[in-house]
Amino acid sequence: MVMVELLAERFNFIIVIILMMTGLYAVVATGNLVKRLVGLSLFQTSVFLLYITIGKVFGGQPPILPEYGGGHGESDYGAASTDHAAGAAEYAADTAHQSAEVLYSNPLPHVLILTAIVVGVATLSVGLALVVRIRETYGTIEDEAINKADYAVDSAGRGA
Amino acid sequence: MEFLSSLLPAHVAEHAPALVVVAPLLMAAVAAIMPNGRLGWGVALLTTAVSAVLAVAIVVEVQTGGVISYAMGGWQPPAGIEFRIDNLNAVLLLLIAALGLLSTIYALPSVADEIAENRQALFYSAFLVCFAGLLGVAITGDAFNMFVFLEISSISTYVLVGMGAGNDRRALTAAYNYLILGTIGATFFVIGVGFLYMATGTLNMADMAERLPDMSDNRVVQAAFAFIIVGLGLKAAMFPLHLWLPNAYAYAPNFVTSFLATTATKVAFYTLVRFLFDVFWPDAPFVQVSFLWVFAVLGIIGMIVASVQAVFQDDARRLLAFSSVAQVGYMMLGLGIGTAAGVSAGMLHLVNHALMKGALFMALGAFAIRFGVRRISDLNGFARSMPFTSVAFTIAGLSLVGVPMTIGFWSKWYLGVAAFENGWWWAVAALILSSLIALAYVARMLAAIWVAEPHHDRSGGIASARAPWLMLVPMWILAFANIWFFFQPDFLVSLTNAAAEAALNGASQ
Amino acid sequence: MNPHLVLRVVAKLLIPLIVVFGLYVHFHGDYSPGGGFQAGVIVASAVILYSLIFGLDSAKRAVPTWFVKFLAAFGVLLYGGTGVATWLLGANYLDYDVLHPDLSHHTGQHIGIILVELGVLSTVFAVMMAIFYAFAGRAPDIPEGEW
Repeated sequence: MVMVELLAERFNFIIVIILMMTGLYAVVATGNLVKRLVGLSLFQTSVFLLYITIGKVFGGQPPILPEYGGGHGESDYGAASTDHAAGAAEYAADTAHQSAEVLYSNPLPHVLILTAIVVGVATLSVGLALVVRIRETYGTIEDEAINKADYAVDSAGRGA
Repeated sequence: MEFLSSLLPAHVAEHAPALVVVAPLLMAAVAAIMPNGRLGWGVALLTTAVSAVLAVAIVVEVQTGGVISYAMGGWQPPAGIEFRIDNLNAVLLLLIAALGLLSTIYALPSVADEIAENRQALFYSAFLVCFAGLLGVAITGDAFNMFVFLEISSISTYVLVGMGAGNDRRALTAAYNYLILGTIGATFFVIGVGFLYMATGTLNMADMAERLPDMSDNRVVQAAFAFIIVGLGLKAAMFPLHLWLPNAYAYAPNFVTSFLATTATKVAFYTLVRFLFDVFWPDAPFVQVSFLWVFAVLGIIGMIVASVQAVFQDDARRLLAFSSVAQVGYMMLGLGIGTAAGVSAGMLHLVNHALMKGALFMALGAFAIRFGVRRISDLNGFARSMPFTSVAFTIAGLSLVGVPMTIGFWSKWYLGVAAFENGWWWAVAALILSSLIALAYVARMLAAIWVAEPHHDRSGGIASARAPWLMLVPMWILAFANIWFFFQPDFLVSLTNAAAEAALNGASQ
Repeated sequence: MNPHLVLRVVAKLLIPLIVVFGLYVHFHGDYSPGGGFQAGVIVASAVILYSLIFGLDSAKRAVPTWFVKFLAAFGVLLYGGTGVATWLLGANYLDYDVLHPDLSHHTGQHIGIILVELGVLSTVFAVMMAIFYAFAGRAPDIPEGEW
């Protein structure tokens, strides 16, 4: 029973580890360049999940001020506080504790992960672009066939 | 240097930490819409020159006024993103900016030769993004921001390496493999940063450094340490994690190789120093263990194995790339010694290696642009075909071995002294052995250049050519620096001593 | 009768709505979830939908490649230019408070965020389009049936 509770408590982390290892394994095990990129994306995604898990505060609300409902004009005070919350995001959880009225989730990991997702998208598109070029140049996206083609050229060059 | 920085208006000097990174980032966008390669080059040259001046101003400011902290957007650290420059990253800033400028001067003829005309402007744009990313890694004081800059520089590097496909299609697979390994490295790093954030609740590195010593038994911190070391080790091409490097350097365009070899792995090495000595603290048991059993041992294995591999290469650039892996081994050994003298020697070798490898790769690029050669056997008799370039190549090659009269001697001397002070005679022995192997591979190239029968042109005379001035000048500046700093080592040694001091005592400041 | 008639009609109805939704997400970015990044992707998805239904060539007529390239650079310059403006006005880089004297309402922050997000919107939109054009523009060398 203790074991089950322990696992249930750390459910997110278990998923993170499974995804991470699956992704890493896919990168290592397959010779197909596209599948390797799929594994890489999976690996990165697991990290996103890890960060989001860190940001969860139990019982915390979304870090948006609730009294803030109207348009720009009437609610400038609320916007000001939002700015401060975002800026001091590292201590958002702490300050929320101190003010003790409303408990907010920590928004900072979400912001970080938004950045990391952008990095992931950029990496993936550069990787896919390279695969397209490799496919056009070599006529294959299998690692072994590419190595064989290069080896043939290399040894021919040495013979000449 | 003081004179240069005094020229800057106070308003600019005060905001130099932000501008030095922002200028290349913005100008990358400008370079991208330039109609042709020459204009793109002009933008790149202007930008790197501006960045170099700003970097010098920052370094002078740090040396006279101590640590600079710049709050991005006015949000005060530790909550906001901080740009923080102390003596440690001031060295890196100076190195990247100076070599960025020299490489850019070199770029015009080299890129015109290797890259299709309609892509040159975009090529310079990618270079500027990479340059900005490297400067950003060096300057930032925020761990996650460091990851972002690391990826900005890496992603543009993959593109730059892949641009070598016009010469050799293997550039594509080299870039792809670099992308896979580089991304795994970056992801490991970001996992480590996530763990540190979990444990300390902050992302500011100076703030982390204050909070971490209370939690040396914390398993999360220890796991974070392992992830960060592996991730950054991949980026820095630390020995068993170096597999991406030889092909990437061998098949990238010449200009890209000479820029990357002098800056990219250096910056990753700096981040390792930053995390090992500043964010973590060298007295922690798990950091102590890593010094001896990770950095020293792997560093030594790396510098011997990679040197041996270098001896058996046919491709000149691949040979130098393996040699780069071996040189990373020297720096890692310096880290592993773990004393101020060791770190200082590692940093000194970092700077020196940038100066010599820059000159070597630039010379190979000059050979390539005139005769289209890349194999060592093709370098035959180049002493008579391209004498200026050959002499520069020879000076830098001797410096790589560590012959007296060149700066390579000082870096090995200080490294040996630091190891000896620590009682690590075996490290000194390995140092000597590795230098002998280095002599073997450098001698192979020099023998081809100076002794072997030269090429002949159609009429039977010796084919000769002079490299373009824009290539010769930066190459000779670097080659000259290799000799000059042997006789005037005080400037570099004082810089790196201050850097080691800042790394070891950073937390207590 | 065009076999894709339903798709064409539905797409023509949807595309303006998608663009409007993208702009909605954008202009709410300064005080609620949303912002230039999400908006850029949403607007780009409208153009991508257009090109899926009506063909790449008509999409390139609507959003030409030179425009995409220009817009990507423009967005970065707008973002960075906002920072440069705050610097020229005497504050730290990207410190928006100096953009407007009304400090008690943080109007400067609002202006700054909107400008920066506009830069992000242009660049993200343009880069998404550039990636799409780069991949879609390549003639498939594998015959249609063999995928």
